[in-house]
Amino acid sequence: MGSVPFALALVCVAAALFAVGRWLNISYAFFAAYVVVQYIVLGTAWNILGGYTGYVNFGITAFFALGAYSSVVLYKLVPSLPLPIMMVVGGIVAGLVGLGTGYLTLRLRGVFFSIATLALAVVVQTLITNWDFVGGARGAYVLRPRVAPLIGGDYIQYLFLLMLGLCVIALTTARAIEHSALGYGFAAIRDDEGAAEASGVPTLRLKLIATVLSGGFMGMAGAPLPYYVTYLDPSSGFSLNYAVNAIAMPLIGGTSSWLGPVVGAVLVGGLQEYIRVTISSAVNVLVAGVLLVVFVVLAPEGIVGLFRRRRR
Amino acid sequence: MDASLDLLLNAVISGLLLGGFYAAVSIGVAISFGMLDIVNIAHPGFILLGSYVAYFANTVLGMDPILAAVIALPAFYALGALVYQIYYIAFERRQDQSLGGLSFFFGLLFITEVGLVLIFGVDYRLVQARYIGPSLNLGWVELPLRLFVPFLVSMVMVVGLQLFLSRSFLGRAIEAVAQDQLALRLMAANPTRIKRVAFGLSFATAAIAGAILIIIQPVEPSIGREYIGRVFAICVLGGLGSFSGMVIAAVTLGVVESLTATFFGPSWAPAVSFGVLLVTLAVRPSGILGR
Repeated sequence: MGSVPFALALVCVAAALFAVGRWLNISYAFFAAYVVVQYIVLGTAWNILGGYTGYVNFGITAFFALGAYSSVVLYKLVPSLPLPIMMVVGGIVAGLVGLGTGYLTLRLRGVFFSIATLALAVVVQTLITNWDFVGGARGAYVLRPRVAPLIGGDYIQYLFLLMLGLCVIALTTARAIEHSALGYGFAAIRDDEGAAEASGVPTLRLKLIATVLSGGFMGMAGAPLPYYVTYLDPSSGFSLNYAVNAIAMPLIGGTSSWLGPVVGAVLVGGLQEYIRVTISSAVNVLVAGVLLVVFVVLAPEGIVGLFRRRRR
Repeated sequence: MDASLDLLLNAVISGLLLGGFYAAVSIGVAISFGMLDIVNIAHPGFILLGSYVAYFANTVLGMDPILAAVIALPAFYALGALVYQIYYIAFERRQDQSLGGLSFFFGLLFITEVGLVLIFGVDYRLVQARYIGPSLNLGWVELPLRLFVPFLVSMVMVVGLQLFLSRSFLGRAIEAVAQDQLALRLMAANPTRIKRVAFGLSFATAAIAGAILIIIQPVEPSIGREYIGRVFAICVLGGLGSFSGMVIAAVTLGVVESLTATFFGPSWAPAVSFGVLLVTLAVRPSGILGR
C-alpha cells in the first residue's frame, strides 16, 4: 500500500472513531480517548528516533512541555489564535530545540545524546519555573471555550479531533519513512553506524532529521495540553509519566514498525485508564514502568515482534 | 571585611563541601559508566533508596543515618549484583546495550521513584542527628557540620575505593576489565564475575551517598532526577574512569552551583550542570583528565 491510500485508510478509521464518539456523546470517553491518541503520537514520535535509528531520547517531557508552554505564551499574547496554528508553532519550537541539542551531542556515542536529553528535561523545567510570564512555579490558567469551533458540541471533541488529525499525520510520516531511502539510512545507523558512515550514509544529517521530526511531533502533541488540563504548572507539564509512557509504549508494542507504538499505546493506555478507575491512580503510573522493564528483558521485539515470530 | 566578599567566601566554602558530597553521589556512576561501560542512569534513584533506608532506620529505630547506611551496605551490594546479573543476561550477552539497556535502567529509575512515593508519600523527609544544626566558626567562615560531616564521609569513601582499586588483587582485576575485556578473556579470567563485583560495589556506594544526601537536605522521591544531570556532568567533565578527575569536577560543579545559588537564586542551580555537560560534550568530550 502506498502512502496516500494508507493515509486515506487512517482518515477513515479516525472518522469512524470520531463518529462513534459523537453518537455516544459521553464527555468522559473523549477525555480518555484523547490521552490514548496523544500517547500514540508521543510513542510514534519517540520511535522515529529511538526505534528507527537506535538513539534513545529521554527528554520527551522537555519537547512535550515546550509545545504546551509555547501555547501558553501564544494564549497570553493572542488569545484568539486558532489551536492548529499553536500546534504548528509548538512543533517548530520543539523541533528547533531538538536540532540544537542534537547538533551538540549527536556526533558522540549514543549514550551521550541520551544523557544530554535527560539533563535537557531538567533544564527546560528550570527555565519555565523561573519564567514569570508563563506563571513560573505557580502555573498558568487557560480558559477553555465552552463550545467547539467549526464542529459544535463540547470543546473536548474539538481537542480530540485535532489530536486524531495529528495522529494520522504522525503515523503516515512514520510509515512513509520506513519505506523510503531515509528509513533505510536510519536502519543502517541503528545496525552499524560505523559501517553506514563508511558506505557514504550521511549519518549526522539523518540523525538530525530524525531528532527534529521526533521532537517536532512531541511539541505538537503537547501544544493542546493547556486547553485539555486548563491549569498547567511545571510539575504536571514535566511529569515523568509522559516520558515513561512514550518510551514504554513503543517498546511494549514493538519498535520495528509504525504499528508497535499504536498497539502499545492502546493496550497500555487502556490498561492504565482501567486501573485508574478501578484500583488507584498511584498504581496506574507504576504499570508502564513495570511493563517496560519486563518487555525489554523478556520480549525485546515487543508484541508485534512476538506475533511476527509465530507467523514464520 | 566587605559583606559581599564575605558572602563570596562562604559561597565558595559551602560549594567545596557540596562538591565533596557530589563526589560520593557520582562515584557509583564513575564505576558503572566510567569503568564498566554500563550506563546506569537509575543510580540517582538507588541513592534515594539509600536515603529512605537511612530515614527509616533513623525515625523508627533511632539509629544514626551513616551507621544505618554502613549496615545496609551488604544488602545494597547484593541488590546491585542481582541487577547486573539481569542486565548481563538480557542485554550484554545479546549485544543490545544501547536501546534495551538504557530503557531498562530508565524503567528501574521510574519504578524506584514510584515505589518510594507509594510507600513514603511525596512529603519531604529528614533525619535527626547530633551534627545536624551546629556549625564550626573559623573566623569569617562558617563551617556547617551538616555539610562538613558528609564531606568527610564522602572523602573517606572515595579514597578507600581508590586504594581498593589500585592496591588489591580484585581491584586491579576491575581496572583490567575497564581497560580491555577481550585481553582478560584471553587470560582465562571471567570478566562477567568481576563486573558483577564492581557493579555491586557501585550500587553499594548509593547506600552511603543516600544517607549523606538526607543529612544535607530533606528528601522527596523525585529529587533523584535533579541528580542525573549533575552526576553525568561530573563524570563526563572529570573524564570517564578517572577518580581524581571526577573529584575535581565534582568540587568545581559544587562551587559553580553554590555561587549561582548565592548570586542568582537557588532555583537556577539545576541549570548549571546541564550547561557544564553540554559545553563539555561539545568542546572536550574526553573530560579534563580523560584517557
